[in-house]
Amino acid sequence: MNNWNIQEMKETPSQTGGPYVHIGLLPKQANIDVFAYNYDNNLVQDKTEGQPIRIEGQVFDGLGLPMRDVLLEIWQADASGAYPSTADIQGKQADPYFAGWGRTGADFKTGFWHFNTIKPGQVKGRKGVLQAPHIALIIFARGINVGLNTRIYFDDEIQANQEDPVLNSIEWATRRQTLIAKRENHENEIVYRFDIYIQGEHETVFFDI
Amino acid sequence: MSKLILGTYAQRNSDDHPPAYAPGYKTSVLRSPKNALISIAETLTEVTAPHFSPNLFGEKDNDLILNYAKDGLPIGERVIIHGYVRDQFGQPVKNALLEVWQANASGRYRHPNDQYIGAMDPNFGGCGRMLTDAHGYFIFRTIKPGPYPWRNRINEWRPAHIHFSLIADGWAQRLISQFYFEGDPLIDTCPIIKTIPSEQQRKALIALEDKSNFIEADSRCYRFDITLRGRRATYFENHLT
Repeated sequence: MNNWNIQEMKETPSQTGGPYVHIGLLPKQANIDVFAYNYDNNLVQDKTEGQPIRIEGQVFDGLGLPMRDVLLEIWQADASGAYPSTADIQGKQADPYFAGWGRTGADFKTGFWHFNTIKPGQVKGRKGVLQAPHIALIIFARGINVGLNTRIYFDDEIQANQEDPVLNSIEWATRRQTLIAKRENHENEIVYRFDIYIQGEHETVFFDI
Repeated sequence: MSKLILGTYAQRNSDDHPPAYAPGYKTSVLRSPKNALISIAETLTEVTAPHFSPNLFGEKDNDLILNYAKDGLPIGERVIIHGYVRDQFGQPVKNALLEVWQANASGRYRHPNDQYIGAMDPNFGGCGRMLTDAHGYFIFRTIKPGPYPWRNRINEWRPAHIHFSLIADGWAQRLISQFYFEGDPLIDTCPIIKTIPSEQQRKALIALEDKSNFIEADSRCYRFDITLRGRRATYFENHLT
């Protein structure tokens, strides 16, 4: 061991969000009316560009039971593949009517969750390789000590998915399927179903990002 | 050298965090992945994050003493919590969204699933939010939460704590945790705190009594600083895009 030390701080350690995570992050779901403006699961405004879609699903524990106290957040690019963030260096103008982020809680009875959003465009990946359209998703809940990061891809983007650098970095090719949302036929709406299996058979791929 | 070009965030040191599977915290047993996490090289997706407009914040959003008060003040210890959010390289984290939630002075949460016998307080909500300033500084005011019992082992009690959440500059910095109060004897027996492997990191979640910042005949004060992951700069090839 060296007796010298690089002076750097350690990241604050994570702790579980606990069963009452809604109080702080979705007060309306806990019937608390404190804020004039509340964050929610609708990313689409009147003037937002792109194809509106609904993404829905459930999160299952190691016994296959839906987790009814989970909190989920998504982060995604706009329809042209630009992030509404100053850290996006692609040089494209991001849609001024798109925040790119939303938050929701599973239903306390059924465990179903959903987001109303738009289908993201393709974003540049490392060394200029395009990534397939995708949405970053993070899951917090009682029993989860560190938020679980995953990605949602789309089953009608076959070619782009085959060329996606992140999907292709998953050595166990059979596990890549766990990240692909299934398009469903609904009358007036495009719906993608994305179920998340925290543990066991069909376990969803989780990333250290 | 010309303009600073930022690379990726430094990798998360998993030894500084709880493992997903921590059997002493029983709920984690069926809610932890069996597979190892897959580490990926960061892209724009991981280094970007949403921005939050201060215009959408109310005046009392960071004042939990007043933001739910109906016919009087909530009952309990008046405390101010303040501190700085920095990255691991010591840089201030500006305009980060900090959200907090907590129980009332009885240890009772305003939540449909909390049935603890500890009394509700009709004048206390238990949530607040703020943006850090240009120095990474934040400040909020609240009632010190009480400890509360929960079913892990049958007589488990959480120390007094306040939950917090941060959304900052990069999605990779997304963090939820809890902080505790200096001197609370329940800290040493809590199985949720014990999921953190090192003593030094457990201590990093304890807010310290800040005596010189007490306000006479009004409020006590605690100091709590938060560290997020930081980005390295790029001086040679930039492979991010």
